Amino acid sequence: MGVEVRIPTILRTYTGGAKAVEGDGATLAQVIDDVEGRYPGLKARLIEESGLRRFVNVYVNDEDVRFTGGLEAPTTDGDVVVVLPAVAGGA
Amino acid sequence: MRYDSLADSVGHTPLIGLPRLSPAEGVRLWAKLEDRNPTGSIKDRAALNMIKAAEADGTLRPGATILEPTSGNTGISLAMAAKLAGYRLICVMPENTSIERKQILAMWGAEIVSSPAAGGSNEAVAVAKTLAAEHPDWVMLYQYGNPANAEAHYLTTGPEIAADLPEVTHVVAGLGTTGTLMGIGRYFRESKPDVKIIAAEPRYGELVYGLRNIDEGFVPELYDPQYVDSRFSVGSRDAVRRVRELLDREGIFAGLSSGAIVHAALAQGVRAAKAGQSADIVLIICDGGWKYLSTGAYTTDLDAAEGYLDSQVWA
Repeated sequence: MGVEVRIPTILRTYTGGAKAVEGDGATLAQVIDDVEGRYPGLKARLIEESGLRRFVNVYVNDEDVRFTGGLEAPTTDGDVVVVLPAVAGGA
Repeated sequence: MRYDSLADSVGHTPLIGLPRLSPAEGVRLWAKLEDRNPTGSIKDRAALNMIKAAEADGTLRPGATILEPTSGNTGISLAMAAKLAGYRLICVMPENTSIERKQILAMWGAEIVSSPAAGGSNEAVAVAKTLAAEHPDWVMLYQYGNPANAEAHYLTTGPEIAADLPEVTHVVAGLGTTGTLMGIGRYFRESKPDVKIIAAEPRYGELVYGLRNIDEGFVPELYDPQYVDSRFSVGSRDAVRRVRELLDREGIFAGLSSGAIVHAALAQGVRAAKAGQSADIVLIICDGGWKYLSTGAYTTDLDAAEGYLDSQVWA
């Protein structure tokens, strides 16, 4: 079953156009490493040395991982990981 | 209550119990009705305070032209204030916002510059910054980075909540400019640090995230994550479901961003109930539903509403 990782439009060049890919791992970092094995180049668009890139937001089951452990945020089978670019909200 | 003018009546909004939406005994939900502000949204607090600060420091002088990127509510507040004070107002607004917002802005004499639908508010910010550079005499209050935005909530919204509900455990608000949460968050960090500050952020459709490059992303200059405890992404389907629930069960007619906030607040309530804890959760009703009637959010079936909102800056 694994973890479903939803990819934003601008990063689908790395997934052959796929909107969502499967990953495995007990943490977000492990899931990203697993996905990188099949879709090389994706990881570098999400992560830099200090952690998640500034304009990348990642949610596990709709909760922003920056408040739940960052790359060490736990993941389990059936979870949905959503990757989105940070954009200005309505105001 | 008596006030000297419409602008003076900003704030002091009612806090209303929502007993029918409560997920469990001991978990109480409270709605702060920000639609009861002069132009019908929470943005009156920020907009009027930004104008006041700019007038006080001399940035804004009689006859000035104000420029602002907005998806609607801040523009509407500024339009009312600008009309009364004799300022010209130019709003840069994504073209994929509801027709009612454009009608209300026009009613108060604001001029609208449309920014492209793809890219949503990011494009509105970019277009406004370009226009500001071309017209150095125009005054861009710039709600995404103006400390007077967050200050309005630090000075008023936060203290009002604490005064009306001293037992508050959670405050749930929307994340757009981040001003509401930054102001409320800083107030509670200083005075009642155990109160959890929860952000509900709208998750738009693909068009709105249509950036050319991820490095063109945007984080408001006001945002400081130390004032937030958790942040939830809420899609339009859940937001629509929740505004309907609010209407059906509590009689409150709210706009779509409030639906996203109710969704995040209920998740907190369920969490507290599962942990056997009591909770008093304040959620912000940002505006009424009037400006969203044309989207079909209250009347069409859920699939149709979600489909329509997919390309819109709906909150």
